Formats: sequence, structure tokens, C-alpha cells
Amino acid sequence: MSTFTPNEMMTIAASRALTNDDVCFVGIGAPSAACNVARLTHAPDITLIYESGTIGTAPEVLPLSIGDGELCETAVTTVPVPEMFRYWLQGGRITIGFLGAAQLDRFGNINTTVIGDYFHPKTRLPGGGGAPEIATSSHQVYITMAQSKRGMVEKIDFFTSFGHGEGGDHRKRLGIDTAGPTLLITDLAIWKPDAVTKEFTVVSLHPGMTREKVQETCGWTVKFAERLEETPAPTELELTTLRDLQARTKASHEGTVKRAA
Amino acid sequence: MAKFLPLKEAVAQNLKDGDTAAFEGFTHLIPTAAAHEAIRQGFRDLTLVRMTPDLVYDQMIGMGLARKAVFSYAGNPGVGLLRRLRDAVENGFPHPLEIEEHSHAAMANAYEAGAAGLPCAIFRGYRGAGLAEVNPNIRSVTCPFTGEKLAAVPAVRPDVTFIHAQKADRKGNVLVEGIVGIQKEAVLAAKRAVVTVEEVVDDFDDLHPNLCVLPAWTVHTISVVPGGSHPSYTHGYYARDNAAYLEWDEIAADRERFREWMQKNVMEKTAEDFAGRVEHLRKAA
Repeated sequence: MSTFTPNEMMTIAASRALTNDDVCFVGIGAPSAACNVARLTHAPDITLIYESGTIGTAPEVLPLSIGDGELCETAVTTVPVPEMFRYWLQGGRITIGFLGAAQLDRFGNINTTVIGDYFHPKTRLPGGGGAPEIATSSHQVYITMAQSKRGMVEKIDFFTSFGHGEGGDHRKRLGIDTAGPTLLITDLAIWKPDAVTKEFTVVSLHPGMTREKVQETCGWTVKFAERLEETPAPTELELTTLRDLQARTKASHEGTVKRAA
Repeated sequence: MAKFLPLKEAVAQNLKDGDTAAFEGFTHLIPTAAAHEAIRQGFRDLTLVRMTPDLVYDQMIGMGLARKAVFSYAGNPGVGLLRRLRDAVENGFPHPLEIEEHSHAAMANAYEAGAAGLPCAIFRGYRGAGLAEVNPNIRSVTCPFTGEKLAAVPAVRPDVTFIHAQKADRKGNVLVEGIVGIQKEAVLAAKRAVVTVEEVVDDFDDLHPNLCVLPAWTVHTISVVPGGSHPSYTHGYYARDNAAYLEWDEIAADRERFREWMQKNVMEKTAEDFAGRVEHLRKAA
């Protein structure tokens, strides 16, 4: 087995969680890579949807934005943005909402809006985009992000997208009938919410990772499952697929630079 | 009925200080040339509405045109933050910017409500979301049939909407295709609409019957500006200049470098300069 980076392990572990039958609303960045690796390996018929309105897209290279032309050209159909959010997301047709996060807490609540106070922010982040409704209208939500103490925090500064709130039945109390975050894939581990408290719990460590490493890069006291598994290492096919995809993507995004004559 | 005018006059006749203006385009077909013309003409106190205020709103805000921004994602798509917008929000530079922030679902519904002549949009959203606590324009209504509590936001009704599109026919009917985004709604929600197009053709007789065509009588002014959405793209004409989006992150990071870039690439240029910027992107489309 060739060596692989923690980030590659993260993307590949995330890709394995997706199935051929899923209809996946794809966030840009890490989720986009994972969704396309799934499509290029074990889930060729997965439906990938980007919020620009492209349904059933199959890009040759990863898009830089959610609206790259590649997405539209390879899609089954492209619909207007209001239709995307009304009929397809709000209408309940999305099985998996796949999100990244700038800040995440143990209950899967996500902040991509501000660091600090909303009205006097220390850092103004881009904001929610489609995420607030993806988080509540998709049947379930997968989250993927690289671990860090800055990113995985005890208390997020802003509730951009609601996960399990304070935990337990908080979603139900707000009248939200979808499952919310059911899976978190980091560069170190796979996490699932506890059945009762809904706190994310480590269920599988990636090869070579330890409990200590997971704790050192997480801002809250980490809970581990009683039976901790080891994530199977990437296969040759998975690694080659991911690396080829990233190489094609890099060449394509840099390829538009205007060369001096 | 739509008038064909050079972009300079189209902007001068349709935009006024203090207007609520939408320069719409969802990653695709961003009306960059129109935004640059507005910057050259030095408008002030604008309320800028857009779902994804990317580079052009970063530029307009950095040049001091905006009093307020209404938006749902203030990022450089796929790259990161908008540094001029951040400077305005975090440090009040070049002057303070009022913001009204929504989710995409809310903005899309609000434009649609504007196009539909409704006072507000109703949808299932903002559940558990922090924006509902900081934006007083996010409220709720109770469904009279089921009792479900639903989110409500005011309709978006711009004084003027600017969009870029593939082509117009000689009568002024406009074709938008590819990622159609929110443009049709943004045009129909506005009091006035200005469309820049890549080209004018004799007629649309060869088009598929279900394509998105804005009839000439829904559009006030059309300007022919080839390359007018660069560094965004026009499906079928030229590809997105992803490298320019990556480069913008560095340009906008520094106030001086931003000023110099704007002087050289916007203030001293005209709408005619856009065609040359997309030459190397045409065969990639």
C-alpha cells in the first residue's frame, strides 16, 4: 500500500459514506472532492447537485465555484436557483446535505458567518449561502473538515446552520423533522452522534492516528466509542482516482492564466 | 420596448445615487462591465442587492459606492473571503457598510416574490439559524391551514437590475441559458432592467421553445458588450477565468494595491476593453 496523507484519508473516508442511490447537495471544497471520488469509484450513479441549479452533474475536474460551466455542461438538467431551493431542497428530495465548516461544535452546529460578535466581528466570514436550509431540509447531513482547535470549538460564535443545537431532542423541539448531522469525517477519525445526547463520538480512527492526536486537535473533551474501529486505509483505486482528479483540477484552474506573448 | 444604447449611457440613464440596485449573476453571467461603468461614473449611497456579491461588489464597496449590502453569501466562490467587504464591515473602510444578511433560500424566494408582485416571500427556512436573531427582516407567519410556522422575508424590489446575457435579437428580446441563476426573477422584480449581451442576432427563430427568453418589453436598455462578464463566464462563448478569481484574493488584501489595480483596470478603461480579456478563454468554452 502506498503512503497517503491525512487529507486524502479524510476525502476517501467521506466518499465511502455515499451510495449510488443518494441525492447529494454538495458544498464546495472538501465535500465536492469526496462526492466526486464516490462517483468515480463505487457510486457511479449518485446524483450530485450544486446550489447553482445543476442536477446530476459529473464534472471532469473539481469546480472552483459552485457555478463553474463544467457543472452545467455535464448535468442532467440545470434549473433556476429559486426552483433549486424550493422544489428540490425544500421539497424534500435531497438525501444527503454535505457541508464543510469553519467552526463546528460537538453537536454538529456550524458557523461560517463571523468570528467574534456579529455586529462587531473580529473576522467577517462569507456567511451561510445555502447551508442554513441544507442543514434542515436534507434528510441527513454529513460534515467534513480537517481537525484543529480553532475549528472544533466548545462554543461556536454564530449558529449559521443548525445541527443538534444543545443536543438531545432539540431539533424536534424546533419542529425540524430531518435527522441532521449523522456523520463527521475529519482527517483523523470518523465520528457519529450518540443516539441519545447527539454529541459527536469517535467511532473509527484512521490508520496511524491515536486518541491523543484526536484530542490534541479538538477544542472539546472528546468522547470515544467503546468499540473503536480502524478506518480501512485507502485502496490503490481510491488514491489514484483522487490524485488524478486533483491533478486535472489543478491544471485546469491554472490553465486560464494569460501568458505574456 | 428595449432601447439599444452604449453601456456608458445605459448606466447613466438607469442608475441614480441612492438607488437599490441588483447586479445579478449566480457565478455565471456576472454583469462585470456594467458594474465597472457604475464605478467609473462614481455613484454613491447605493443599496447593493445580490445573492453572491463576489468580486464586483467587493470592488464597488471598496470604491465607496455602497451604503448598504443585502446578500446571502459574501465570499470569493471557491477561494475565500471578500477582503474589501470585510474591511468595510470590520473597520468601516472606506466608510461603514450596513448589511442585511440572508440565506440563499431566503434571497431566491424574495426575488421570486418581487417578480410575482407579492409583498413578502414565505418558505420553510431559518429554523435554528442565528440570522433570524440578528436580521429584523426575518420574521415568521403561521400557515392558516396546517398551523406550521414558516419563515417570511420582504420581497426584493430593486430600482434597477443589471444582468449579462448571451444575446439579444434585433427587437430586443434577450436569451439567457446555462446556469440561469436568479436573473429572470431579478429582472422581473425590478422597476428598470439593463442587460449587457455578447452579441445581437437577427432573430431567435432557431431557439428551442423552452429557453429562458426575456421579452423585449420586460427590458429597458440593452448594451452590446462582448466579454462583459469577465472574469465570470458566458456559457457557449468563453470560460470562467478561475485564475483571475485566485489573483483577486491578493489584490484585494491590500488597500493600496486595490486602489492601483482599480485605477489601471477600471477607471482608465472602457467597456470596449472587455472583449480582449476573454480572447484566451474562448476556445475553452
